[in-house]
Amino acid sequence: MSEFVSFKIDGKQCMGRAGEYITEAAERNNIYIPTLCDYKGTAPKASCRVCTVKVNGRVMTSCTTPLQEGMEIENETAEIQDIRSGIIELLFAEGNHLCPSCEKSGSCELQALGYRFRMMVPRFPYLFPVREIDASHPKLIKDHNRCILCKRCVRVMKDEKGRSFFAFYKRGAKLEITIAPELADKITDEVAQQAMDVCPTGALLKKRKGWDVPVGKRLFDMKPIGSEFEQVK
Amino acid sequence: MSSVVSGVLQEYGNDAGRLMDILLDIQAENGYISDEDITGIATGLDMSTADVEQTVSFYHFFARKPMAKYNVYLNNSAIAVLMGREKIAEAFERESGCKFGEVSEDGLISLEDCADIGMADQEPAALINGLVFPNLTGFLVKELVRDMRKGVSVDELRAHGLGDGMNNSQHLKATVNNNIRKKGAVIFSEYQAGSALDKVKSDRMSPEQLIELVKQSGLRGRGGAGFPTAMKWDFCRKAQGEKKYIFCNADEGEPGTFKDRVILTERPRLIFDGMALAGYAVGAHKGILYVRYEYMYMKHYLESVLTEMRNEGALGKKVNGIDGFDFEIRIQYGAGAYVCGEESALIESAEGKRGEPRDRPPFPVEKGYRGMPTVINNVETLCSVAKLVTNGVEWFKSLGTGQSTGTKLLSISGDVKYPGVYEVEWGFSINDILEMSGGDPATVQAVQVGGPSGSCVGPNEFERTISYEDLSTGGSMMVIGEQHDLLQDVVLNFTEFFIDESCGSCSTCRALAVMYKKTLEKVLSGGGRRKDIDAMLSWSPIGKASRCGLGQTAMNPICTSIKNFRYLYEGHIKNANEQYEGGFDIAKAVADSCEVVGRRPNL
Ligand SMILES: Cc1cc2nc3c(=O)[nH]c(=O)nc-3n(C[C@H](O)[C@H](O)[C@H](O)COP(=O)(O)O)c2cc1C
Ligand code: SF4
Ligand code: SF4
Ligand code: SF4
Ligand code: FES
Repeated sequence: MSEFVSFKIDGKQCMGRAGEYITEAAERNNIYIPTLCDYKGTAPKASCRVCTVKVNGRVMTSCTTPLQEGMEIENETAEIQDIRSGIIELLFAEGNHLCPSCEKSGSCELQALGYRFRMMVPRFPYLFPVREIDASHPKLIKDHNRCILCKRCVRVMKDEKGRSFFAFYKRGAKLEITIAPELADKITDEVAQQAMDVCPTGALLKKRKGWDVPVGKRLFDMKPIGSEFEQVK
Repeated sequence: MSSVVSGVLQEYGNDAGRLMDILLDIQAENGYISDEDITGIATGLDMSTADVEQTVSFYHFFARKPMAKYNVYLNNSAIAVLMGREKIAEAFERESGCKFGEVSEDGLISLEDCADIGMADQEPAALINGLVFPNLTGFLVKELVRDMRKGVSVDELRAHGLGDGMNNSQHLKATVNNNIRKKGAVIFSEYQAGSALDKVKSDRMSPEQLIELVKQSGLRGRGGAGFPTAMKWDFCRKAQGEKKYIFCNADEGEPGTFKDRVILTERPRLIFDGMALAGYAVGAHKGILYVRYEYMYMKHYLESVLTEMRNEGALGKKVNGIDGFDFEIRIQYGAGAYVCGEESALIESAEGKRGEPRDRPPFPVEKGYRGMPTVINNVETLCSVAKLVTNGVEWFKSLGTGQSTGTKLLSISGDVKYPGVYEVEWGFSINDILEMSGGDPATVQAVQVGGPSGSCVGPNEFERTISYEDLSTGGSMMVIGEQHDLLQDVVLNFTEFFIDESCGSCSTCRALAVMYKKTLEKVLSGGGRRKDIDAMLSWSPIGKASRCGLGQTAMNPICTSIKNFRYLYEGHIKNANEQYEGGFDIAKAVADSCEVVGRRPNL
């Protein structure tokens, strides 16, 4: 096991293991850094940028930056929080998020961050893109309106040979998620459920079962995102 | 699996890391990549088809449908627009009978847009089946299309004139011109092939001594970021790894830059010797020259130079007779993606993947190509090393300014009499540059320094100098005359360029650039408010939180032009004091909704 080192988050003295990601080290110290694309147990690919912090004055993503002795990390400064709420607003304005009609509502990480950052009206113009809902797959619905391209499904969901069920397609503003057609029959009910759980939003939904968690029992109904750390404070 | 696919897969040892070459070869053979090819590749490489498709769909020049016999990609960069690209586009449409994005009915000609192709000194220009056709005129287009109808081969189409210098040589036969307007001491002075390595040998220079020499010279990277070259090499030398790699970055995608094209044409040996020196310094045995797809016309030529070097013992075992130093070079082509010039995206691409930049740390010098320590340097940087080793540190330091030693190649384009490549010592001012290139200070509206990702500078700053201390640049200088609409033709064009070229991975790059475009368009259409201008400035820190330089600078065209040309933006604001939202056109909204329900608007 690697050695313990000391570092600071917003001036608070903390201890963590050298080389672990800043997100992990913060968690160890009961400090919440918001994340969206990060997924425990899978190599990070900092795509959402929500976990942005300043490390010794430089803008970095905490899900990919290994901890080093003496780091001075800015987490909840006005500057950083404004970047983060800007990013969340960007994600809402980029897609079509009609929460009341979304099955993931209440358990959606994007929505939960919207609440946490008290988003009212995004500072950006809504793009209202025309995007597809693909229900052709026997087990899964893929709703591009809600996909934030966090790449979790691509990174996590592999078959026994390591081949990807999901992949990116195209680039830039045209980027979207596809499913490998020849692996479609390997997507069993369990795999479909896993994909739905991996997805932070309502972009991947398992077919033939829905709305089975009643309001009040959804993931963030009683415990807003990030509150697990803050209660300890 | 088709025999083409199985043959190509076999050639690359079924190595998924060579997917780019596999795709390029299949496309070269069949003209496009079919569904069947994708399935064949996926099976052969043990990937899912979605995995293969994810690489294919990333690059602009991979075709998934059968193409026409002649495929025209017409550059739509800002400089091309300034130089009359629209007229050429109309001529192509008129002569071929099809629109951009289409194939002509007889399947003969297809028309597509593409981003800057590295020919800003000879625009409008197009790629036709991979070959460059610069300096297009309406007349030339007519002739080209007429010849296509006659079935003249693409090779013969270029008969209307080969370029200067090596462009005219047996292996190149290119219609491109070098346009070298000023030769300086470092890059374009004479170079005796192999002499840098001879010097290493005769002086019995150790790798550490070589790095020290480069350090003494003060050489910094010419690719834009200006990182000290010796420091990069030293990190890589000290990094742990079974193998090490040297990359030469010849992706040259920044619109308005074309100096690497000219070095590749005129000084390939200087580049390859520079790569070998880097290899010797860090302990690498393999070098990869990554070249943008747009320079495919140089492939045979560059390969022939490498073959010659192998024959001479300048590559292979015991390079130049230096004991224990083996070095090989291969060429890796891209397939149309500006972001692949970013060093970690370049590595991903060379590994057969999408050109998505990596999160850093780790940096390439620790974990680069195939996970091994890797040095990536710009073409011009490596050439400078070869020259300074040959001619000595003192000589090199005598050129330039205190902190910026040596020379810099400038790619000057736009509204000047003599567009082309100029090798100057660091420290030139923009005024000097305009004078040198025949720009008229009285009618120049702005100079875009360092390409779209750089800054848009107005006459009040023309005294500023080109140096690491002041205006640091990879060398692109686009001169924009007062007759052009700066915001519409240049700033909007650059913003769209970033939208098209973003890899899409970071939300802050993918989506923010679109927001910028929307808001700029709102201002240009007269629906903007003053607060929209300030809002665009205020979004900048969000974009700066992106992973790579592309997203971090995508707001520069707008933000630097607001700073230096705010009056142009203000000129579009109709009611300067209005606070309410202005982008909403009620008459249009009523008309739209009436149309949906089948009524006639009564406004
Ligand atoms: C979007 C983007 C595109 C780039 N394109 C190029 C390029 O075409 N050529 C180049 O040499 N460097 C390019 N760079 C810079 C490289 O990442 C890298 O800094 C450079 O190749 C290092 O070489 P040097 O130290 O010799 O300058 C680009 C950077 C970014 C962010
Ligand atoms: S994915 Fe989340 S944010 Fe989007 S509509 Fe569903 S609940 Fe709302
Ligand atoms: S489908 Fe879900 S997990 Fe996959 S990229 Fe989109 S939001 Fe992320
Ligand atoms: S900044 Fe843009 S181009 Fe760079 S990694 Fe992020 S999305 Fe890709
Ligand atoms: S959680 Fe770190 S970038 Fe998304």
